[in-house]
Amino acid sequence: MNASHAVILVDSTSHALRIEKLFQASGLACKLIPVPRHLSSDCGVCVRCNSTDLPLIHQVLDDARAPYHSIEIL
Amino acid sequence: MMSGLPVPSSRTKDGAIYLDNAATSWPKPPGVAAAIVQFLEQSAANPGRSGHRMSVEAARMVYQAREEIASLFGAPDPLRVIFGQNITDAINLVLHGFLHPGDHVVTSSMEHNAVMRPLRALESKGVSVTCVPCSPDGRLDPQQIEDAIQPKTRLIVLTHASNVCGTMLPIRLAGEIAHRHQIYLLVDAAQTAGVFPIHMEQDSIDFLAFTGHKSLYGPTGTGGLVLGTRVDHELLAPIRQGGTGSRSEHETQPGFLPDRYESGTPNSVGLAGLLAAIRWISSMGVEAIRSHEVNLCNRLLVGLAEIPGITIYGTQSASQQTATIGFNIRGVSPSTAALQLDEEFGILCRVGLHCAPAAHHTIGTFPEGCIRFGLGVFNTMDDIDQALFAIRQIAREVQ
Repeated sequence: MNASHAVILVDSTSHALRIEKLFQASGLACKLIPVPRHLSSDCGVCVRCNSTDLPLIHQVLDDARAPYHSIEIL
Repeated sequence: MMSGLPVPSSRTKDGAIYLDNAATSWPKPPGVAAAIVQFLEQSAANPGRSGHRMSVEAARMVYQAREEIASLFGAPDPLRVIFGQNITDAINLVLHGFLHPGDHVVTSSMEHNAVMRPLRALESKGVSVTCVPCSPDGRLDPQQIEDAIQPKTRLIVLTHASNVCGTMLPIRLAGEIAHRHQIYLLVDAAQTAGVFPIHMEQDSIDFLAFTGHKSLYGPTGTGGLVLGTRVDHELLAPIRQGGTGSRSEHETQPGFLPDRYESGTPNSVGLAGLLAAIRWISSMGVEAIRSHEVNLCNRLLVGLAEIPGITIYGTQSASQQTATIGFNIRGVSPSTAALQLDEEFGILCRVGLHCAPAAHHTIGTFPEGCIRFGLGVFNTMDDIDQALFAIRQIAREVQ
């Protein structure tokens, strides 16, 4: 992980997988990773992506009304 | 319909003909068993519980199954697909999670005990039930559904097709009625999912309960519920609580979908098979599968009608029913016939009451029940001719 990453925190692994499919369809690079402990005590996964893609990320999430908890910059 | 593709045989290893698809479909399409084995051997970690690649891969497969189910049933949001053990599980979730003392429910006299037993249990808790009578061939007049609606009515529950005689119920009209009266429709699609086009939006279905092991041609232990867009899931209480892999810091059940209703490790092995089965259905086309089954059903209905001493139940029209045929042989009890069919002719079917006493009361066969031939997509015309030969022989012996 480095400073160019953002992570999208989600409530459910299913939500992360939905976002993964949306991003794949939009050509956005992403990877599902365990939630960093300093961001949440949850035992699930989050979606890691490039922070430079944030404008498109917001657009894709909003257009699909995909549920997510928050976006954090690492 | 399946030329050019490997077609599983409807004959067992000892040559018997399988005509019990209304209970559980068999054989399964090409690729279903392989998908199960492949998942078990390569990706069968716990989906949604851990962050490692194998767990994510397992969760990805389960999510893909959600997407395929949503697509098959015209549901816009895969997160509103709730997986469970089977359709009984899904129906129980709606009936016990949505209804409260004082609520009224309208249902039909053709329902399976998957509907009737939860409803009878709820009656003792203050839910009232109107069971609209169907005609002796199992048909339901939608006007009677509308006439049964009361100020406290909250839900209409209907089977899409009878599991006893295949008669279709008018679910689209019931959906229109439900929405006109601002109440909800639960459809039991046990006998139709995968063989009849179902579109939750166009059919105005609020809750669609399905099972994987019948006409979706998946393994047992799979099934679930799809929530329509009108349903506010805050109004549907989960009927079990437990670990979901999410919000683990809380000891209370999460409220978001699908986790709200999916406590405990899912049957991911089964879902791997179901996913392969649905992909096979999509590749074949629901209409093509239905067309083949109509042809089989028509041949069986015409053949049975020509045999003296046979009473056929239901519409007796292949285009107006599923490929499930209920009938009796005059002078032969259904259980005697079943034993003879199995032992002498190698025909595997189900007789009796088929977990649907209400339906048998309606068609006039309670308590003896009837013989049921449940045809499937892998049956052939030769299977039908062999079955007709057997019935002809049994009927001749008692005349």
